[in-house]
Amino acid sequence: MSTREQKNETVSNDTVISVSPHINHSANTSNIMWSVTACLIPAGAWGVYVFGLQALYVVLVSVAAAVGGELIMARLLKRNITIGDGSAVLTGLLVGYNMPPSVPLFIPIIASLFGILVVKWTFGGLGGNWMNPALAGRVFVFFSWTGPMATWTLPKTLAADAVTGASPLGFIKAGLLGYSGGARGPAEFLAESGYPHSLFDERVTGWLQEHLFPNISNGYADLFTGNVAGSIGEVSVLFLLIGTIYLFARKIITWHVPVTYIASFGVLTWIFGGLRFGSGFFHGDVIFHLFSGGLILGAFYMATDMVTSPLTGKGMVIFGIGLGAFTFLIRFFGSFPEGVSLAILLMNIFVPLINRLTGPKRFGVSKEPEAAA
Amino acid sequence: MKPIQTFPKGGIHPPDMKHLSKDEKIVNAIIPPISKIPLSQHIGSPAECLVSPGDEVQEEMLIGKSTGFISTNIHSPVPGVVKKIEEILLPSGAASKAVVIEFQGEFNRIGKQHEKQDWNALRKEQLVQKVLEKGIVGMGGATFPSHVKYTVPRQKHAEFFVVNGVECEPYLTADYRIMLEKTEELFIGIKIAQKMLGVKKTYIGIEINKPDAIEIMTKAAGESDFDVEVVPLKMKYPQGDEKQLLKAVLGREVPSGGLPLDIGAVVSNVGTLFAVYEAVVWDKPLIERVVTVSGGAVAHPGNLKVRIGTSVEALIEECGGFSKEPEKIVMGGPMMGFALCNMETPVMKGTSGILVLSSRECGRAKETPCISCGRCIKSCPMGLNPTGLFKNIDNGEYLTADEMGLMDCKECGCCAYVCPAHIPLVQGMKWGKAMVKKAKK
Repeated sequence: MSTREQKNETVSNDTVISVSPHINHSANTSNIMWSVTACLIPAGAWGVYVFGLQALYVVLVSVAAAVGGELIMARLLKRNITIGDGSAVLTGLLVGYNMPPSVPLFIPIIASLFGILVVKWTFGGLGGNWMNPALAGRVFVFFSWTGPMATWTLPKTLAADAVTGASPLGFIKAGLLGYSGGARGPAEFLAESGYPHSLFDERVTGWLQEHLFPNISNGYADLFTGNVAGSIGEVSVLFLLIGTIYLFARKIITWHVPVTYIASFGVLTWIFGGLRFGSGFFHGDVIFHLFSGGLILGAFYMATDMVTSPLTGKGMVIFGIGLGAFTFLIRFFGSFPEGVSLAILLMNIFVPLINRLTGPKRFGVSKEPEAAA
Repeated sequence: MKPIQTFPKGGIHPPDMKHLSKDEKIVNAIIPPISKIPLSQHIGSPAECLVSPGDEVQEEMLIGKSTGFISTNIHSPVPGVVKKIEEILLPSGAASKAVVIEFQGEFNRIGKQHEKQDWNALRKEQLVQKVLEKGIVGMGGATFPSHVKYTVPRQKHAEFFVVNGVECEPYLTADYRIMLEKTEELFIGIKIAQKMLGVKKTYIGIEINKPDAIEIMTKAAGESDFDVEVVPLKMKYPQGDEKQLLKAVLGREVPSGGLPLDIGAVVSNVGTLFAVYEAVVWDKPLIERVVTVSGGAVAHPGNLKVRIGTSVEALIEECGGFSKEPEKIVMGGPMMGFALCNMETPVMKGTSGILVLSSRECGRAKETPCISCGRCIKSCPMGLNPTGLFKNIDNGEYLTADEMGLMDCKECGCCAYVCPAHIPLVQGMKWGKAMVKKAKK
């Protein structure tokens, strides 16, 4: 006899018989997954607004492929259909959000299928995977189709028609090779090189220069609102942060991972980020780097994935610091402009080890055995 | 004033639901025509049956005799005739013999003058003897025979006595009503316990969701002639567990596998002390207790003084029956109580509540695989890793689970309460503990 056989509830006399507790917290797996999905909608809506209908198609096929993959596996392995728990939809959505808007539609389909079939289901489906399926799918196609995966579209707030343009981080990475100009930071570099910015950004920057920071460059407001080239769901820091309010309020995510991730990345950027521009230590542009690339999407929505992050707060802090360090290393010293996806996947590998080292302290058990008196 | 204390690690905040019954005064329940008195109402060996079918019994007559140190006496709650001795299923699923008594004849106590005993004249040992004689057990739910608790072994020393007025289980208000309505009697009970244990200092832990109880008890403590102090505690389940209570009140941790006495403390709950008072001062055995009948699906929630052996069905009927479709009928609190499959199950010494829960209150949901959210670990007051334990138990790795501290688990249910995957963690722990015990034999 196993626990499983014993565990089934029996119903007699119309009342339910089961082991205590008889009341439960309102959270369940599916409402957690659907809540995260819902919180991601504003950022995606912004992506569709600035990148056009093509972006919507990318997101839709990503979700459809993920759900399809889930269905196929459930059928093949004769498991219950688990679409309702929302995890496949969430994976698909995150795959879509991590795609350039102009990507050919077969690529997100392959990314979603890779995430669901290979990364999630070969380890047993929901809860079994040790790697974030959406990011694994994204990285898989990133290395397979480097061209289309690095072709970006400028938002319609910056250019009339879907014009191809570099993402800010990509632009800097390419532009800094052999650069000998006088820009003291990434924002200044972009402005100097003629990276487009919106009218809105000019107004905000003008106001800031007048009232608060006389030396500020154009571009920060665009980065914050999402008027830059980038992946569909990652560009709008503003809408991503709005979504996190609900996640924090419902305690679906805790501060541990995002705060330590952002803090460690921010500190490293601050210390070493200025070196590329010859401005020495402690002159890195933290704000620019926090708002660019997929950092906010990654820190709040992907690194916090429960399945692939550590179990305890202590573990999450270690995880977050590791994420910050890897993201920093890849962004500043690697050959890719971005580092978030790879950093999260790398740290996913460490999660079992972190869990082993950061177990809870047991009640009534002292750490060091008391010395014999 | 000191900051309000609580235990630091783990714990949960379920809706306390005490408003349903907290303002209902304790009323005497109807004496049932048929009483069923199980001979195993306590932890330890069952009592030995002293009656046979056809026998006439008096109220308060001894019908089950204690069979060892960890066992206790059982008395007839009503006068009448023994109809039969039958095998019944206890809520926990264990089988027990039960004496079925048909009520007839006269009561010895009700409506008659009784003499107050001068307990001050009794020695420590005599008081403990009285507690055993009258069949007192821990009435918070664990039903550990109280005379064992009040017998401090020679090599140990009790320094503090802690009265458990926490009643952290949602819905239950029986102890709360006793504190409000029987304050004076309760303090005599506390004094008796203090004498049995030979301690100087007593603390009374009460959660701040019961401000009037804190007020009344503090006032009584101020007027009392012994060293007793009310400690208000922050609301957190399972603060009524003795290990958490001692951590909250004294700041000391009972070592893993140890007893409160290992840190010089003994804990008793309010209901038990009231029973001690009645046993010692009025010579009355434990034949009735205060039971909270509550839940969203019962018509008139209340606090009733119920004779042991009264069926759950009769009690619910007395409270107006079901007001809507019940999803679960629970004996005890919603966190650690037992779901009943039989409405004829009798009220026992450890029955602190009968809850009729609607499906909305239960909030059951489909079980999914573990998503490693870590909420169970965060909620565990014992610092265990419930999901890790469960996975090991599920795979038959009982001894690995044992090394991880499985035996420290007291099945408080925090982990299963917060689990978004609705994994039956407590069931796994119970199974695993049974398997570890079996393997170690």
